[in-house]
Amino acid sequence: MRRAEPWLALAGALALVAVAWAAPWLRFILTLALAKGIAVLGILLLLRAGQVSFGHAMYAAVGAYVVAFAAPSMGDVLVLLPMAMLTAGAIGLVIGLFITRYREIFFSMLNLALSMVLYSLLEKFYAITKGSDGIRVAPLSIAGMPMDGPMAGWVMFGTALTVAACFWWVARQYLISPMGEALAAIKTRETRLEFLGVSARGVLLVAYVLSAIMAGAAGAIIAMTSRHVTPLLAYWTSSGELVFIAILGGAGGVLGPFLGAVTYELIRVYAAAAFADIWQMALGLALLAVILFAPGGVWGVIAGLLRRARAT
Amino acid sequence: MSAAQRDDSVLLEARGLRLAFGGVKAADGIDLSVRRGEFLAIIGPNGAGKTTFINMTTGYLRPQGGSIHYDGEEITGLAPRAIVKRGIGRSFQLPQLFTEHTVLQNAALAIAARRGVWHPFAPLLSMSVIDEARELLNRFGLDGIRDSRADSLNEGARKLADIAMATALRPRLLLMDEPTSGVAASEKMAVVETLARVLREAEVTAVFVEHDMDVVERFSDRVAVWSQGRILALGPPGEVLRDPDVLREVIGVAAVDPSAASGAGPSREGAPDA
Amino acid sequence: MITWFDENGLLLGLALLDGLAYAALVFMVSVGLNLVFGVLRVLNVAHGSFYAIGAYAAASLGGMAGLPVWASLPVLLLAAVLVGLVLGPVIERILLRRIYAEEPVIQLLVTFALFMILEDAQKLVWGVQPVSNDVAVRWLGTVDVPFAGDVIPFTKYQLFLLPGVALATLVGLAWFLRRTLTGRVIVAVTVDREAATAMGIDAKKVFLLTFTAGAVLAALGGALASPTTSLVPGIGAQTIVLSFAVIATAGLGQIEGAALTALLIGLGRSVAVYFAPELEVVVPYIIMVAVLLVRPQGLFGAAEARRV
Repeated sequence: MRRAEPWLALAGALALVAVAWAAPWLRFILTLALAKGIAVLGILLLLRAGQVSFGHAMYAAVGAYVVAFAAPSMGDVLVLLPMAMLTAGAIGLVIGLFITRYREIFFSMLNLALSMVLYSLLEKFYAITKGSDGIRVAPLSIAGMPMDGPMAGWVMFGTALTVAACFWWVARQYLISPMGEALAAIKTRETRLEFLGVSARGVLLVAYVLSAIMAGAAGAIIAMTSRHVTPLLAYWTSSGELVFIAILGGAGGVLGPFLGAVTYELIRVYAAAAFADIWQMALGLALLAVILFAPGGVWGVIAGLLRRARAT
Repeated sequence: MSAAQRDDSVLLEARGLRLAFGGVKAADGIDLSVRRGEFLAIIGPNGAGKTTFINMTTGYLRPQGGSIHYDGEEITGLAPRAIVKRGIGRSFQLPQLFTEHTVLQNAALAIAARRGVWHPFAPLLSMSVIDEARELLNRFGLDGIRDSRADSLNEGARKLADIAMATALRPRLLLMDEPTSGVAASEKMAVVETLARVLREAEVTAVFVEHDMDVVERFSDRVAVWSQGRILALGPPGEVLRDPDVLREVIGVAAVDPSAASGAGPSREGAPDA
Repeated sequence: MITWFDENGLLLGLALLDGLAYAALVFMVSVGLNLVFGVLRVLNVAHGSFYAIGAYAAASLGGMAGLPVWASLPVLLLAAVLVGLVLGPVIERILLRRIYAEEPVIQLLVTFALFMILEDAQKLVWGVQPVSNDVAVRWLGTVDVPFAGDVIPFTKYQLFLLPGVALATLVGLAWFLRRTLTGRVIVAVTVDREAATAMGIDAKKVFLLTFTAGAVLAALGGALASPTTSLVPGIGAQTIVLSFAVIATAGLGQIEGAALTALLIGLGRSVAVYFAPELEVVVPYIIMVAVLLVRPQGLFGAAEARRV
C-alpha cells in the first residue's frame, strides 16, 4: 500500500489538474478542497496519537487573518504564506505548551474553548477586524507579478497543489519516523513511552505545532483564494468540518485527508443548496454512519477494494 | 549520603522508604541495598508492597518518607524519565507494549528512545535500527515473531518482549515485576534461562519480583522477603527459603495454591499496579 | 472628589446581581454534564443542545395564546421535563449504549456528531430569528435592592427564583446522591464501575437514569434562562464549552465545587459584561486556564497519582 501511495498521489494530482482545466468553475472549489485537506492532515497527526481537536479551525483563522492584515502592505503570496504558517505555528506552540498536558476530553474541549475565544475576539473587536462583516483581502501578487483574472485562480490552485504535495510528503516521512511512531505509542501505552525515557508531551507538542502550521497554511490559501475572511473561519462548525473530513477520509492513509476533502467539497457544492438548512445535520448523520458502519472512511473502503482486487 | 560512607559495591540504596495508600502501609520503612551485578529476588504475599517498591524506585510513585540513592546519587522523587536516563530500566507485571505496533517496531522504538527520538524525517526502521532490533529479538528468541502485532502474542512472548524493550535502553539496573507470571509452566524455565543469560552477558544488575520458588532458588543470588510493607528476611536463597518464619509467612501461601500466588489478580491494563 | 466607586458603584451592583442569576443557570447545566460524565465516563458534547432545546421549547410553550399569566412558570418547568424525558432516554438507548466500550476518541466524535445534528434540528424547528418570551419575568415583577446607599431595581425572577432553584437543585442532588439508595448506587458506579457491576448493580439502568437526569437538568437550565434573554442559534455551543469550563475549573466529579465555580465564573463574566464587553466571552476561559495552570486537577479536584 505504502509503495503504491506516491503513484496514487500523482494520479490524483493529475486528475485534479485535468478537472480544473476541463471545468474552470470547479477550480475554485478544488483549491479550497486542497486547502482543507492540508488542515485535515494536521488533524490526522493528532488522531494518530488518539487525540481529536474540536478547535483546529482557529489556526486556519489565524493564517487567514494574517493574510488579510498583511496583504495591503506586502501582498505577495510567497511572503504571506510563510508568514501565516509561522504565526499559526508560534501560537500553536504557546497554546500547545498548555494543551499537551491534557488528553482525550480535556484536549478536545480545551481546543474547542480556545477556538470559541478566538471567534468571539474576532467578532467583538470591530475596530480591528470589522467584526462579522469580515475583511476583504487586498489585491495580491506572486513573486512580484500582480495576480488578476483567471490567472489568479490558476496561481492559487497551483499554490494549493504544491503546498499540499509538500505537506503530504512531510506527513508521510514524519509518521514513519521515531517521533511519528511514538505518536501512535501515546495512544496505546503512554506510560511505557515515559519509561523508555521519551517525553510523551514533547512528542505530542511537535505534532501539535506541525498541525497548527498546516492549518495556518490552509487558512492562508483559503483567504487568498476567496479574498474575504470572516470570524466564521474560527467557528466550531469549521472545526467540526475538519474533523468530519478526517474521519471521512479515514485515519489510515496520508492521502485520506485530500480524498476526504475533495469528496466533501464536491458533495457540498451540489448538495448544500438542497440541504442548506440542515447541512450540519447531514454531516452529523454521515459522521455517525461512517463511525458506526465504515470506520476506515473512504480511504478504508478504497484500500479494502484494492486488497480484494489484488487477491483475485 | 556522604562520600565517605559510600560503598562502591552497592548500586542501589533504599533507606527508610515509607508510603501508605489510605490506611494501607505499602512501604513501612524499607531498607535495602542492591549490590552491583547481583540478581536479587523479592518474594512475599500479594499486597505486601513489592510492586510499590519498584514503582518508587522508578519514579512512578513518590515515597512519603525515606530516600533512594543510585550509584551514589539521590534519585528520590525524580520523574520516571529522569530515572531511566540514569540507567534504571523496568519491566511490568502486565507487559506494556505498544499494541498497534509489531514486535520489531516495539523493539525499534525502544532502541530509538535510547539513541534519540527527535528525528522527524529519518524512518524509525532504518537499517542500523533494524539490525540492532533483530539482534535484540534474536537474543530473546523473539526474531521469529518480529512481524506479529504486539497484541497478538502469547503471554510468554509478551513478557519477553517487554523485558527486551527495557534492556534495549542498556540499563545497569533492571527491575522486573513478575517476569514469569502468566508464562506457561512448560516454558517458564526456558524463559528464565534466556533472561538470565542475556542479563549476565550484559552485566546488568537485576531485581525481580517472583512467586515461583523454583525460579527464585535457581536464579537469585539473594532473596528479600516482603511482608506488609517491611522486609522480613534477606539473604541467600538457601538460607532464607528454609527459615521457618518465612515459610509460614510467605511460602505456606504459595505452596497451598500456586495459581493464586502467580499474580493473576485483578488489575487494570495500562497503569502499573500500585 | 469623585471616586471610581461613586461613578461605577451602581453598575458594579448590577453586575453582581446579574452574575448571581447567571451563575445559577450555569450551575444547572454544568452539574448535569458533570453527573453524566462521572457515571457514564462519556463527555456529552451535545449537552449544550439540551439546554438550547429546553430554552426554545419553554419559550414556545409559554408563548401559546390563551395561557393564563400565572401558568407561565409551571410551563417552563413542564417544557424542560418534557424535553429531558424525551431526548434523554431516546439518545441513551439508540446511540450512547453502542459506544460505552469504545475508545474515548470515538465517544467524543459520536456525541460531537449528535451535537451537529441537534443544532440544525433546533434551527429547523425554531428558525434563526431571535425568539423571546419574558412573561414569567414580567409577571413576578421587580424589587428594589438597596446597594451602597442607593437602590437597584431588579427582577424578582433573577434575584429569587433562579438562585433559589439552583440552590434547591444543589441541596436536592447532594441529598439524593448521599442519602437515598438509588443515589448511592449511582455514586458507587462513579467510584468503581467494575466493582459495582460485580455486586449486581444494573449499570444499564443507572446509565439510562443518569443520562436522563442530566438532560432534564440541562433543559431546565435552558427553560429557566429563556425569559431572561433572547434565544439565537449558537447558544448550545456556547453552553457546552462554558459548562465544560466550569467542571474543568472545579475538578471533575465535584457538585459543591461546581456550584462555587459557577458563581466565580458567572460573576466574572457579568462584571466583564458591564466593564469590558469585548471580553465577555473570554473571561470564563481566562479563569479556567489560570486555574488549570496552577492546579491541573481543578480547584476542588483531588490530586491524582502522578501522571507520568
